[in-house]
Amino acid sequence: MIVVRNVWKNYGDQVVLERLNLTVKEGEFCSMVGASGCGKSTFLRLLLGQERATRGEILLDGEPLPAEPDAHRGVVFQRYSVFDHLSVLRNVMLGLELPRAKFTGRLFGAQRRAARDEAAAMLERVGLGAALDKYPQQLSGGMQQRLAIAQALMMKPRVLLLDEPFGALDPGIRKDMHVLLSELWRESKLTIFMVTHDLKEGFTLGSRVLVFDKVRVDPQAPGAYGARITYDIPLDRTRASASAVHMAQAAVQGASSIELVSD
Amino acid sequence: MAVNMRLINRHPSRTGALMLLLLPFVVLLAVYFTGSSMRLADNPDDKLLPSATQMSDAMKSAAFAEDKRTGEYLLWTDTASSLRRLGIGLVASAAIALVAAIATGSFPLASATLSPFITVISMVPPLAVLPILFIVFGLDELSKVVLIVIGITPMIIRDLHARAAEIPAEMWIKAQTLGANSWTLVLRLVLPQLLPRLLVAIRLSLGAAWLFLIAAEAIASTDGLGYRIFLVRRYLSMDLILPYVAWITLLAWLTDELLRRLTQWCFPWYGGGAR
Repeated sequence: MIVVRNVWKNYGDQVVLERLNLTVKEGEFCSMVGASGCGKSTFLRLLLGQERATRGEILLDGEPLPAEPDAHRGVVFQRYSVFDHLSVLRNVMLGLELPRAKFTGRLFGAQRRAARDEAAAMLERVGLGAALDKYPQQLSGGMQQRLAIAQALMMKPRVLLLDEPFGALDPGIRKDMHVLLSELWRESKLTIFMVTHDLKEGFTLGSRVLVFDKVRVDPQAPGAYGARITYDIPLDRTRASASAVHMAQAAVQGASSIELVSD
Repeated sequence: MAVNMRLINRHPSRTGALMLLLLPFVVLLAVYFTGSSMRLADNPDDKLLPSATQMSDAMKSAAFAEDKRTGEYLLWTDTASSLRRLGIGLVASAAIALVAAIATGSFPLASATLSPFITVISMVPPLAVLPILFIVFGLDELSKVVLIVIGITPMIIRDLHARAAEIPAEMWIKAQTLGANSWTLVLRLVLPQLLPRLLVAIRLSLGAAWLFLIAAEAIASTDGLGYRIFLVRRYLSMDLILPYVAWITLLAWLTDELLRRLTQWCFPWYGGGAR
């Protein structure tokens, strides 16, 4: 469904990503791991349409991705994913209102009531049924991320992009969120890309783990070469093998030690 | 209260806070009336520091006695004229600033065109263009309102533009992934995010707005609080000027307080405390 063909991303002289090639089928859950600054988030922004590839192309169903974010690609960021000026319910209703009301951005009458019920049902599903009229600041970090996920899923996107969605959460709450996300993924058969720093999280959630790493490093010019996908590990999620975890761990640690040397 | 605590950690109690709040006002009044009674004891015709009785007499005649020439109650007509000018000026400035800030804050093309221009325009000293306003708009109401608008709008625009830039990039992206077009994104994200900030910006511009209002009234007007102060200055009528200044201060403070409560009431989500 998604084909990445020879994608490069440069910022000025600095090469961040080089020669990425990837094919992702519908319904896959790709965890993207790697050392800091190795371009995983940049790759996510390319998929989102927030930034453009310097070279190469990304195809969605054979068509090049639009150069701006759109309703086919949902996103959950680590922070600021929800609108603080709207109540929980309104946050989720927004995704129903915006595409249908091109001029007012709001729905009225029966349409509005239908949207309200649909949004309330979604919030019930992610466990926010009791917080419909609260504002996001009144919610805990975990509940805010539940809200952000509900808001993104409301659009029934083809692709869901997650940028360290649980990075700011306590370990216990993170576990609850993993359960929720796994359930939602299995129910909807969404295609998900998730950037994470937590290797274990990447392996527990993903159906496939992509490890980003710099293959070539020039100590005189750290920006001369970019990162590639060095390991592409398909996971049979019934027996997420420990050896795969070790392999990736080694890869990520190797990457950070190389960075140390090149510094 | 432990005396050996650091000064930065010592907080007043509730009654203590009230006393400390009143202290500077009490000191100010005490110093004034001591000086006033000393001068009046020396010379009962002294006009510089009038006594409380003299001031209240002057205010009584301004507020509750018909003016012999016009048949109006001066204080109230002055207040109504000044507040009307101020109100129109503030509303016009707010409307212009909101539109300009939304345009420059949301659309890079508009920002590239207008932002440097607005920065330069905001540096024009408003009082220096006052003669131009009098020539172009005449000496009546319009030029006074325009002075207020010219005086405070550029600063409000710049402030709001900065606030628009503070809306996290994540929210702009998110709104687009929820199917917003440019117009609905402005309507459902930028506008509601900027409205409370607009009220804050207006509060901060209140002092400047009063300054320009009184300056314009002092130079060319037939009524208004600023006009009255500058008129009676000729007779050294401190007994009217001082209460007028206090009245203006009270009005300005009330406007500020009103806007503050309006912000809290209309935008409970703004500023962390939601309820």
